[in-house]
Amino acid sequence: MFEFLGITPQALYSQLLVGLINGSFYAVLSLGLAVIFGMLNIINFAHGAQYMMGAFIAWMGLTQLGGWLGDSTLQINYWAMLLIAPLLTAAIGIAIERTMLSRLYKLDHLYGLLLTFGLALIIEGLFRYFYGVSGQPYEIPEVLQGALNLGFMFLPKYRAWVIVASLSVCFATWYMIERTKLGSYLRAGTENPRLVQAFGINVPLMITLTYGFGVALAAFAGVLAAPIFTVSPLMGADLIIVVFAVVVIGGMGSILGSIVTGLGLGLIEGLTKVFYSEASAVVIFVIMVIVLLVRPAGLFGRER
Amino acid sequence: MVTHRAALGFAALLIAGLAAPQFGIYPTFLMKCWCFALFACAFNLLIGYAGLLSFGHAAFFGAAGYIAGHAIKVWGWSPECGLLAATAFAAALGWLFGSLAIRRAGIYFAMITLALAQMTYFAWIQLKFTGGEDGLQGVPRGEMFGMIDLTDNMNLYYVVFAIFLAGFFLIYRTVHSPFGQVLKSIRENEPRALSLGYDVARYKLLAFVLSAALSGLAGATKTLVFQLASLTDAHWHTSGEVVLMTLLGGLGTVFGPVVGAFVVIGLQNQLADKVGSWVQVIMGAIFVACVLAFRRGIVGELMALMHRIGLRRV
Amino acid sequence: MNKRLIAALTAVIFAASPLSALAQAKKDAGPNLSDGVVKIGVLTDLSGLYSDLAGAGSILAAKMAIEDFQAQEKGRAFKIELVSADHQNKGDVASNKAREWFERDQVDMITDLVTTSTALAVMPVAKEKNRITMVSGAAATLITGKNCTDTNVHYTYDTYALANGTGKAVVKQGGDSWFFLTADYAFGHALEKDTTAVVLANGGKVLGSVRHPFPGTDFSSFLLKAQASGAKVIGLANAGTDTTNSIKQAAEFGITPKQSLAGLLMFITDIHSLGLKATQGMYLTEGFYWDINDETRTWSKRFFEKHRRMPTMVQAGVYSSTMHYLRAVKAAGTDEAKAVMAKMKSTPVNDFFAKNAKIRDDGRLVHDFYLLQVKKPEESKTPWDYYHVRQVIPAAEAVMPVAQSECPLLKK
Repeated sequence: MFEFLGITPQALYSQLLVGLINGSFYAVLSLGLAVIFGMLNIINFAHGAQYMMGAFIAWMGLTQLGGWLGDSTLQINYWAMLLIAPLLTAAIGIAIERTMLSRLYKLDHLYGLLLTFGLALIIEGLFRYFYGVSGQPYEIPEVLQGALNLGFMFLPKYRAWVIVASLSVCFATWYMIERTKLGSYLRAGTENPRLVQAFGINVPLMITLTYGFGVALAAFAGVLAAPIFTVSPLMGADLIIVVFAVVVIGGMGSILGSIVTGLGLGLIEGLTKVFYSEASAVVIFVIMVIVLLVRPAGLFGRER
Repeated sequence: MVTHRAALGFAALLIAGLAAPQFGIYPTFLMKCWCFALFACAFNLLIGYAGLLSFGHAAFFGAAGYIAGHAIKVWGWSPECGLLAATAFAAALGWLFGSLAIRRAGIYFAMITLALAQMTYFAWIQLKFTGGEDGLQGVPRGEMFGMIDLTDNMNLYYVVFAIFLAGFFLIYRTVHSPFGQVLKSIRENEPRALSLGYDVARYKLLAFVLSAALSGLAGATKTLVFQLASLTDAHWHTSGEVVLMTLLGGLGTVFGPVVGAFVVIGLQNQLADKVGSWVQVIMGAIFVACVLAFRRGIVGELMALMHRIGLRRV
Repeated sequence: MNKRLIAALTAVIFAASPLSALAQAKKDAGPNLSDGVVKIGVLTDLSGLYSDLAGAGSILAAKMAIEDFQAQEKGRAFKIELVSADHQNKGDVASNKAREWFERDQVDMITDLVTTSTALAVMPVAKEKNRITMVSGAAATLITGKNCTDTNVHYTYDTYALANGTGKAVVKQGGDSWFFLTADYAFGHALEKDTTAVVLANGGKVLGSVRHPFPGTDFSSFLLKAQASGAKVIGLANAGTDTTNSIKQAAEFGITPKQSLAGLLMFITDIHSLGLKATQGMYLTEGFYWDINDETRTWSKRFFEKHRRMPTMVQAGVYSSTMHYLRAVKAAGTDEAKAVMAKMKSTPVNDFFAKNAKIRDDGRLVHDFYLLQVKKPEESKTPWDYYHVRQVIPAAEAVMPVAQSECPLLKK
């Protein structure tokens, strides 16, 4: 069968694995969008910019901070940044939600999209101004340098770590929302905010924290991406459009749905690169068109 | 059918458009403004009157530019045939996009149009005839109807202005026709319109196609002015820009998008050399300010102001 | 009707005014200039991907050329003005700006024009307005091929020279089987095609190629394909961040140093940002390197003192082309484009950048190129000491032969 496809099984496995790595980025990002959408009913256009911010904060901590504080030995390493960058970005996100987004909840949801689009332009423009677009290098942390010999391929340790880390975060998020008490409030708040408010739960606070959490997921993906893709102000802009297509395909109804769709599309994209690389940039959009024709609400979605 | 106030606006627009190049304002700049003004008006037809936010309108603008450029340069068509072919292509593309996108509403609609536009963007990069990143240059301006020499900047200016006026008037008539009334009723209350027996999907699709076609006309005209078609016009940044122009000028107002287009293009023109990358930040800030505090836009606020003054007098 | 009347009136007023009499007097003193001044425009990328290799450095180079020219002429030649603008790497912005410069500001010559899209957009406008373009930043052979104009000079380099130089050298070093990683648009395809021809002509073979989307971020799938092909050399038919990302990820997947990479369009600034550790041993071709001889070193050090970076070939080309243009204006005694072009073509360029180089009828400046190999980190003694000069590629071998050119100007 493999001979028929013109590719050895080894090559196929390694390509699938590479596809899975990209898929895990899609999964974390579309999960963040879905979490925010579930609670706030808006699409966070600034998600790509926040992903980029995560990567940039990690880079600044490692290479710039010492210079700013006048002590060149001072730096925050990758592992600390996996926590700090999402928290910082989330803090900025929460400030945005409190001061701007919260004024728009009574209006058409499209205004939320427009506002976050404007914010994305501002954030991107600022980073562009200060750091240019040519991209900043970020070293892979020492423990994860080198590659594992899997028999069929050399898998760089760092890429293996990306899969492990993002799948764990996805699973943890799913568990928290679907299986814990906090998550049940959240789900109830999504269904009927007024009723939940009547039970004495602070819904506005819940909304704010949800937005912060979604943003933190984007920034986390950004830190994961920093060592393998160049850290550049434009890194989020084009990615986010693909993630939008992923979200349309999956439908934003379920948490698990957005994770599975993200991973699945990463795999499909990986396969396209093997068999017909010319189409790899558009394959996700083509799938979106097919899904819209067959199942307009998305694979896991329901019409609202 | 034209109200008193609108007639006044039309007259002002006509005089301003005819006189502007005589006052030493750089004609190429003005032509760019009219192209974007038509683009924004076409976009406004969709969001302002049908309530559909398309985030992929650059697809039509850019595609028509390529088709017009290719038809005129390579096939040697006359400018008017090139413009027509490009407009027809944009309409067809609009029908395709529209029939997919109107299956969902609201935010999904915006995301789907954005994704579809990005798909065509990748197609333009890869296709041979567009020249990829290099673009399609050296499109001859030629002679309109075989008698108006378009290499003369002034002639071209008045042709561009006439194209704008024609498109603008078509949109105005559409909005104030029974068709436009149905669109507005769909925007206000879709289930109600449906229950009254209107084929809502059909109305939306028709509005989408018309909007796409006129966006295409604007893009093709821009190709004629600058003698080139490039990826910039098909990029999602351009989609964002047209949203900004319409929002800043006033969603759902007749003259708003025109004002918005002039302000945005004027700002970009003035700022580009002085502040460099800050242009994007400033555009973003205008977006945020519009959404938060200024949702009626310039023309909308002016109309509200006039309305208030009028009430006080009574 | 009215318009004509106004125009006629203004003309009468102007002709009678003392101002124009003064201008007339000035014209008689020096060369016959269209508006009493030679205006040079540097249209470049000041904020984007190519701002390092052109950008502010190109503006500085043009400024240095003007100052040096005035010093040589002791300021008596004619008035020279410099304008500059950011084209953001967009063809429409570039053509818009050029039109404005030509129509409103009477700019006589535009230089730099980094990235092919902007060069191709400005050239026809210049031809239409009878002004000169001196392209230093753009790469495509189209500029002196199908799209050539008689008011343009392609000064510094093109993809043919780079691909040809690198391709031949690598095959001769034993890298005789190739696999291409190609950016999937016109530029990438052309680069792959040109290099393939060179590899085959020198007895190598091409095992295959893979097209990646442009711009790309993740190249791992494509690199794995290249790895599976077993080719000795992976040719990078892409540019900018696509190239730097491919190089980084090739190291990550352990592809280098087992298979080697060949960058087909790279600049010293790319090596600078990637570092010698990631790029050591790579072959590349450039039209200029600062550390060739005393002349290049002297000029480059002057440049370095003002810019804090060594010049790229694009920036050196902007200096040399601006100088060549100014001398031609002086010799021709006019800034009319056709006359200046004729003068520029009849006089060879002789400076630190090029020796005895002549401009061909298609606008190509025919000059020597350098085959370079990136040094190992321990071999580099000073900052910007990045290359071994492996070979000087003689001008006649480096540029595309007239027979292969598609430029109609050569077919006369």
